[in-house]
Amino acid sequence: MKLLKAYTWLVILWLASPIFVMILFGFNDTPSKSNTSWHGFTLKWYRELFAIDGLTDALITSLLIAVVSTAITVVIGTMLGLALGKHRFKGQGATNFLVFAAISTPELVMGASLLSLFVSANLPRDSITIIIAHVLFSLAFVTVTVRARVLTLDPSLEEAAKDLGASPWGTFRQVTLPAILPGVLAGAMLAFALSIDDYVVTSFVNGSTITFPLWIVGSVKTGIPPQVNVMGTLIFGIGVLIAISQSIAARRRG
Amino acid sequence: MRSRLTPYLLALPSWIWLGAFLVVPLAAMASVSTQSGNVIDGFVQTFSFGNYADAISQYSPQLLRSLWYGGAATLAMVLIGYPVAYWIAFRGGNRKATYLFLLLLPFFVSFVLRTISWNFMLSGDGILLGPLKDWGLLPSDFQITATAFAVISGLTYNWLPFMILPIYVSLERVDPRVMEAAHDLYASRTTVFRKIVLPLSLPGVFAGVLMTFVPAVADPINAAVLGGTNNTMIGNIISTLYLTNANYPAAAALSFSLMAVLLVGIFVYARALGTENVLEAAAR
Repeated sequence: MKLLKAYTWLVILWLASPIFVMILFGFNDTPSKSNTSWHGFTLKWYRELFAIDGLTDALITSLLIAVVSTAITVVIGTMLGLALGKHRFKGQGATNFLVFAAISTPELVMGASLLSLFVSANLPRDSITIIIAHVLFSLAFVTVTVRARVLTLDPSLEEAAKDLGASPWGTFRQVTLPAILPGVLAGAMLAFALSIDDYVVTSFVNGSTITFPLWIVGSVKTGIPPQVNVMGTLIFGIGVLIAISQSIAARRRG
Repeated sequence: MRSRLTPYLLALPSWIWLGAFLVVPLAAMASVSTQSGNVIDGFVQTFSFGNYADAISQYSPQLLRSLWYGGAATLAMVLIGYPVAYWIAFRGGNRKATYLFLLLLPFFVSFVLRTISWNFMLSGDGILLGPLKDWGLLPSDFQITATAFAVISGLTYNWLPFMILPIYVSLERVDPRVMEAAHDLYASRTTVFRKIVLPLSLPGVFAGVLMTFVPAVADPINAAVLGGTNNTMIGNIISTLYLTNANYPAAAALSFSLMAVLLVGIFVYARALGTENVLEAAAR
């Protein structure tokens, strides 16, 4: 068992190793555009974080798309999660299957089929089509996360609210929503992370719009500037902080 | 009356979204896959199922390579991931959540950046191989990138957590009292594992394979970043056919063949364990 413990840590380290490399080379005092060998420590790239216009624009585009698509996904995904978790209705099995199909359709197939749709419908490809695609692939994840939370709800709470004269909307806002909020927030984080990270689907439906991952892949051949490492490090840090504070908050509540 | 309509109203927006942007495009793609023509004169529906045979035979080297890379990576994930899931499920104690969090840490970094960092670590003069070469432990022309091994290790690296999680979930559900009972009845540790733990965890392994095999086979990034020019996979071919060559029927036929493999897998799983279980496996 000692051996298995050491092995587990080894796997964890292996999975994390590219993160260390990414963070480290954000501090690399590289003289050229190619950031592949160590030249000493500097904070220069943190000061010059927004020095590359194309990269900054791509990051802003990605953030905007992530915010809009997360907002849409959270609303309609929560609705579907409630329907699947709280109600029995015709077509539930088919809906479950559809949700699972949305999760497991390979990104490549999803992107390719969306592109065919947009081409044949003569829709210009821009931020709107990217948002449509991002809502599509995060919707199922939000639904599943919310549904899991809805299943733990005590139905007698809602009954009590109704008996005390609360309207259906009042019951939802004051009883149901607070109870499922952790699930909704987790779903929102997931949707945001999936959106800001996506390359494959976006590469099909982007038209001439460039997102953060697309910019990075586009600059692989000419060399990835250290600013990319810095942005990756900051996104990583913020994500970890949010996740840790959420789990602390959950522990306090619970 | 109102309350009976509620679930349908709640589900309606998602039905519209999933219908318009998932079901319809997939159906359209199925239709395109049997059309003929070209991008200038337009494509006509001719029900030419020969498109499948043509596309599969024309790109059979890349298809076979994708299946072999994806299969090898999936097998590696099971072999590497199972012991990790086992240790966390049975020996994780009250730190289980922490270990799972550490395993998921890479997901806070963009998939693209991780693959590039991985390439950077494996590259000939990178921080792993460079020092080994300087110390004379490796010949100076030794390289990992642009080989099959690099692509398979990249795929394994990227999807390993998706294999560990479902296996962990199924192991966590094994009732320890069943194992104790077996011990009390003089079963050896190997027998307990072989007859109780392993069979009970197989649905988790299957769910893990379902979540990793097809994405790994279809992934275009690892082959592009880690594989050089001689390790093109079917994902790269589909991207090129779609975005560069505008050969939509062939691209659709290849995409749909991939999708078919997946649908068969899901169907078998749903039949064996029910759609609710499939969803639960996906939720973890």
